[in-house]
Amino acid sequence: MSFMQLADEYQTFDFQGYFASVTPEAVGASLARAGQMNCLDHRDLLNLLSPAATDFLEPMAQKASALAVQYFGRTIGLYAPLYISDFCINHCTYCGFNSKTDFPRTRLSLEQIEQEAKAVSGLGIRHILVLTGEAPAKTPLDYLEKAVALLTRYFSSVALELFPMDEDDYGRLNKAGADSLTVYQEVYERDLYREVHPKGPKSDYAFRLLTPERGARAGFRALNIGTLFGIGDPRSEAFMAGLHARFLERAFPYVEVSLSLPRMTRADGGIAPKNLHSDTGFVQTMLAWRLFMPRVGINVSTRESAAFRDQLIHLGATRYSAGSKTDVGGYSVPSNPGLEQETTVQFEITDTRSVDDVACMIRAAGCQPVFKDWEIF
Amino acid sequence: MKIVFNGADLDTDIPDLAALVTDMGLDPSSLVIEHNFNVVKHDCWAHIPIQDGDVVELLNFVGGG
Amino acid sequence: MEDRLILGDQSFSSRLLTGTGKFASKDLIAPMLEASGSELITVALRRVDPKARAQDNILAKILDSVTLLPNTSGARTAREAVRIARISRAAGCGDFIKIEVITDMQFLLPDNHQTLEATNILAKEGFIVLPDVMPDITIARQLHDAGASAVMPLGSPIGSNQGLEMAAMIQRIIDTSRLPVIVDAGIGRPSQAACAMEMGADGVLVNTAIATAQDTALAGQAFALAVKAGRMAYISKLGDQSATARDSSPLTGFLRG
Repeated sequence: MSFMQLADEYQTFDFQGYFASVTPEAVGASLARAGQMNCLDHRDLLNLLSPAATDFLEPMAQKASALAVQYFGRTIGLYAPLYISDFCINHCTYCGFNSKTDFPRTRLSLEQIEQEAKAVSGLGIRHILVLTGEAPAKTPLDYLEKAVALLTRYFSSVALELFPMDEDDYGRLNKAGADSLTVYQEVYERDLYREVHPKGPKSDYAFRLLTPERGARAGFRALNIGTLFGIGDPRSEAFMAGLHARFLERAFPYVEVSLSLPRMTRADGGIAPKNLHSDTGFVQTMLAWRLFMPRVGINVSTRESAAFRDQLIHLGATRYSAGSKTDVGGYSVPSNPGLEQETTVQFEITDTRSVDDVACMIRAAGCQPVFKDWEIF
Repeated sequence: MKIVFNGADLDTDIPDLAALVTDMGLDPSSLVIEHNFNVVKHDCWAHIPIQDGDVVELLNFVGGG
Repeated sequence: MEDRLILGDQSFSSRLLTGTGKFASKDLIAPMLEASGSELITVALRRVDPKARAQDNILAKILDSVTLLPNTSGARTAREAVRIARISRAAGCGDFIKIEVITDMQFLLPDNHQTLEATNILAKEGFIVLPDVMPDITIARQLHDAGASAVMPLGSPIGSNQGLEMAAMIQRIIDTSRLPVIVDAGIGRPSQAACAMEMGADGVLVNTAIATAQDTALAGQAFALAVKAGRMAYISKLGDQSATARDSSPLTGFLRG
């Protein structure tokens, strides 16, 4: 069984009708049941994501926060993204790297990647997330393999956020030293998915949807999934992402599953976000996920503001990116030879604090910033 | 004659309950006597003869929780 | 309005019941009663060993102001318990009887079935019946129907000092029972006694923990204070407990701000 069956099952589900019918009593009952692994079912997750649950944010937060401490301790993992190529043949209507957007594209050479790696590891970062656009001709597998092998010399953990591949290709990258895989479905609602991914390989909904499963089978020890808030209806999207995460947790018990909550920001190029996810909605999503899956990781990127991220520490977030640059070569420009040209960011950073400042904030909040919690031997 | 005393057979020729207690050298004040499944008050002990086949329980209150 | 513990047709201001077992010397009992203010104390009935020279009269060690609560310890059937109860009353110990019927010699856990049967008989004979039971809401209801004057669920095995191992079940009895609930057995610390009272128990019976303390009078006083504190806390209707910090520093206030 793959997640496709569940996704199919919910294609025809009347989300709006159900959300509107949720009573405060139903939310209270779901919340009362929360507190252990697998004690909430699909309906509970829907209840906790419903409009009625917005009146329960504080008790949800208290319980979710306690669960996060129980399962993760008072720690926040730190990582940084590393963009090595912004070539892309997709037409995602919401993305700064959209192939229709005209800007000078960059692909780092291995030497330039090493410069970047030195710059980022110099900040103290030990967990790196490698990103590219989708342009297999520009970033062929052997290039990616070499890049991964090089990065493992500088980082304890190399995670990939590239483009959906088949199991064999993932197996090779895993062998080269990449241990984690990030892939966002972006939007689970199929009609919308087609609408915002009109052309390019990414327009294949099913192939993308089953990417995490291929990654798990290929040997990645950690999977990170998510939906890009701003495209579809935030409540039903959060539900599907939560369902997807639980499916992966159960199908691959040895894999660490985490969720991200990227929100479209104004600089995401292309279209303006249709369904803005408010701060309240963002918090509600996080809390509902945590109550539904006590041991799921929750990642928060620098898309979110410093002030907001400071608060999320107490609400069950488990990993923060810090000191991020979302343009290719952003860490070592202009000292990196050949990177003097203007680059384009994939999204606008809102929390612009340094890694040290973020670590200080985490300590001030009574938590321990964790730079390294994994190493391949 | 044979009686059952505190659950055990006893061969005795003691005439009554009061004499039984005296014979054993016990302080009567703290004792409870059950004679043939009836509790006998202190002042009746001397008037209850012991007969063959009687069942006598000699009890007292002890510490307990 | 004085807060009193009502058992049958009698009432008590102290909610700490004590016992006379396991004291190093019987002479310690009276000072313990003085110090603790306990108004109900258990005694046991045993066959006299004619060979034992010293026949200690435990009744002589108990203050006149304190009510005797004879128990049926040693009984293994309802019939034996009934017999012991009748002897105790005839011997001048009053109408109170604490029913203990134990058929399990490994853990000394009470036999609820036999206990209910004995309660049925003795309540009809006018006894004020306080039965020791395994915590079970069904037996609590049946004991009420049988005419018991209280239900005494075990905190944990007798004399174990393990505290409120059965807390969840006891709480259910407290929540549903129409009889006073007195937690008996296993309470080893004043904090555990206080905890039982906070839960809404009407009283606790503590014997071993007091009797085996180095200073039995002081221990009795400690338990008495704990029972009072727990009772006051229960009556004061403290705020709900929650597993986590609450509202003193809200986690989501910034969203409104």
